[in-house]
Amino acid sequence: MQLYDMPDDRGHFGPYGGIFVAETLVEALEELRVMYERFRHDPEFLAEFAHDLKYFVGRPSPIYYAKRWSERVGGARIYLKREDLNHTGAHKVNNTVGQALLAKRMGKPRVIAETGAGQHGVATATIAARMGLECVVYMGSEDVKRQAPNVYRMKLLGATVVPVESGSKTLKDALNEAMRDWVTNISNTFYIIGTVAGPHPYPMMVRDFQAVIGVEAKQQMQEMIGRQPDAVVACVGGGSNAMGIFYPYLNEENVRLIGVEAAGLGLATGKHAAPLTANSSVGVLHGNRTYLMQDEDGQIIETHSISAGLDYPGVGPEHAWLKDSKRAEYVAITDDEAMAAFHSLCRTEGIIPALESSHALAYAEKMAATMSPDQVILVNLSGRGDKDINTVAGLSGITL
Amino acid sequence: MSRIKTTFDQLKQQGKKALVPYITAGDPHPDLTVKLLHTMVANGADMIELGVPFSDPMADGPVIQRASERALVHHVGLSRVLEMVREFRQQDNVTPIILMGYANPVEAMGQEKFSDRAQAAGVDGVLTVDYPPEECKEFTALLQARGIDPIFLLSPTTEPARVEVIVNQASGFVYYVSLKGVTGAKNLDIEEVAQKVAEIRTLTDLPVGVGFGVRDAATATAVAAIGDAVVVGSRMVQAVEQSNDQNLVDNVAALMKELRIAVDAA
Repeated sequence: MQLYDMPDDRGHFGPYGGIFVAETLVEALEELRVMYERFRHDPEFLAEFAHDLKYFVGRPSPIYYAKRWSERVGGARIYLKREDLNHTGAHKVNNTVGQALLAKRMGKPRVIAETGAGQHGVATATIAARMGLECVVYMGSEDVKRQAPNVYRMKLLGATVVPVESGSKTLKDALNEAMRDWVTNISNTFYIIGTVAGPHPYPMMVRDFQAVIGVEAKQQMQEMIGRQPDAVVACVGGGSNAMGIFYPYLNEENVRLIGVEAAGLGLATGKHAAPLTANSSVGVLHGNRTYLMQDEDGQIIETHSISAGLDYPGVGPEHAWLKDSKRAEYVAITDDEAMAAFHSLCRTEGIIPALESSHALAYAEKMAATMSPDQVILVNLSGRGDKDINTVAGLSGITL
Repeated sequence: MSRIKTTFDQLKQQGKKALVPYITAGDPHPDLTVKLLHTMVANGADMIELGVPFSDPMADGPVIQRASERALVHHVGLSRVLEMVREFRQQDNVTPIILMGYANPVEAMGQEKFSDRAQAAGVDGVLTVDYPPEECKEFTALLQARGIDPIFLLSPTTEPARVEVIVNQASGFVYYVSLKGVTGAKNLDIEEVAQKVAEIRTLTDLPVGVGFGVRDAATATAVAAIGDAVVVGSRMVQAVEQSNDQNLVDNVAALMKELRIAVDAA
């Protein structure tokens, strides 16, 4: 396989990605692109990034062999990359540290972010507090209701949380509103996008900041089992934790890369958030061209997943490219399957996984059962499930 | 020759500036859109920008967002908008219609199919907010081959070198966004607009339209003194929003008359 060299200088991954924004944003994106190009290989910048990841985030995150769970599933051995052990409890913080360092170098005193489940909002509020930056987080009003603890966390950290009332009042609308803020306050504001979507350079930049996951994993797997896993499995909403662990593995041909989308109530019901697995059509949303959930008029349709972090109608353009090029495979897991894996991991390993990550766990479980114990699956356990206990309790008819 | 060029040429001979109102197709109801278009023309509109509703109008402020939502309740998509233009053309074959919207509905229909249908319906210009020139060279060619003008935005932050790239791909006119922000924002700086429009004029002979912050007669007069066309969006949509079925047409007509006087006073 050729050395992977994506995207091109205007952010294209084959036919996907690009810069599809109003003219009012073009100059800001160009400024960001130039600054990121300047710093992405700068030793001083990278040293500061590495320092913060080590001492503030707590990296490297360990890889843990889920022995009891693997034995119970029967089949392949399952290893977990423990992003849930990061400060703030998910992989999201890796990226916010990187972008906040860039914001500081660009002299922007104010950062904004969009958030769905609230993990990216919390991670942004956290780093903003540490660096003394003003922080405004846009969150769909539906999500504000669903994720009250994270809303309060952000407020404790000094951020302003703005409920977004437009459209479907979820993550996509929060992203629209953050873009509107950015275009209005361009001179003093840095927009910290939380996933590998948005216009160039965001998909590339977020991937690069998250790639620490895969870089560590390759080294850790070598140390632990003397080779790389047979498959790497990660959940995909926008797709940042998956890109982070996939990217360093792209040139490792023998490692299967599997992205797990949210099948919600089932692909056949239409109530899901799995544009890649369902072979949705291609379109333009949030600054890039990618697979989208849309109706025949090109209106974006509402998605469904039990997990707010996967409840997004698009997907990062690099995943669209990896699907078409067949370097990665995409599958989907229903709400019920994810819930079963969630409980299973809690009981056998003493780890409460995020509902997002539970989708990856559920697929790993299915897959492991068809494999032998000399084979290895590495799952990116992208976040912890403390934020989800209200949702889970509610499904059992319990009010906390 | 396109209706847009004809219109600008005629206005120039008369020493007048173009008044270009915007409404969102299907707002407040699809049955009223064509009637509103004729009403605006009868009361002083030289060209019309017709908004194509979209579920995720990223560049629009709350007023036009709400208009999109009202239209989407009635499932007004691009096909329906083209039907409205066709109906409008049965009685008006002179006034240019410029569709303004987002890329995804065009992508969903297909760029070529859209171009064919827009031509057949009698569309004169297409402004696709999130298609910067680099991402829509083929689309531009498809439109121009059918006599439709691709309209592009220029912003206060657009550098001169980039203005040149954009005006080379544009025809009909270019649309200067007179402030940093979304549609309907408030902070219009007339001196800055004058300076930037003067700079644009050194780079192109195309007419320059100005919009995104024209809120009343005073700003309309000020902008008309600078640009070749004054685009009024959120203020028009506000008039639609604040009307009921009984006074809608009268309110839109009254606002148009007021704006016409303001533009002609420049």
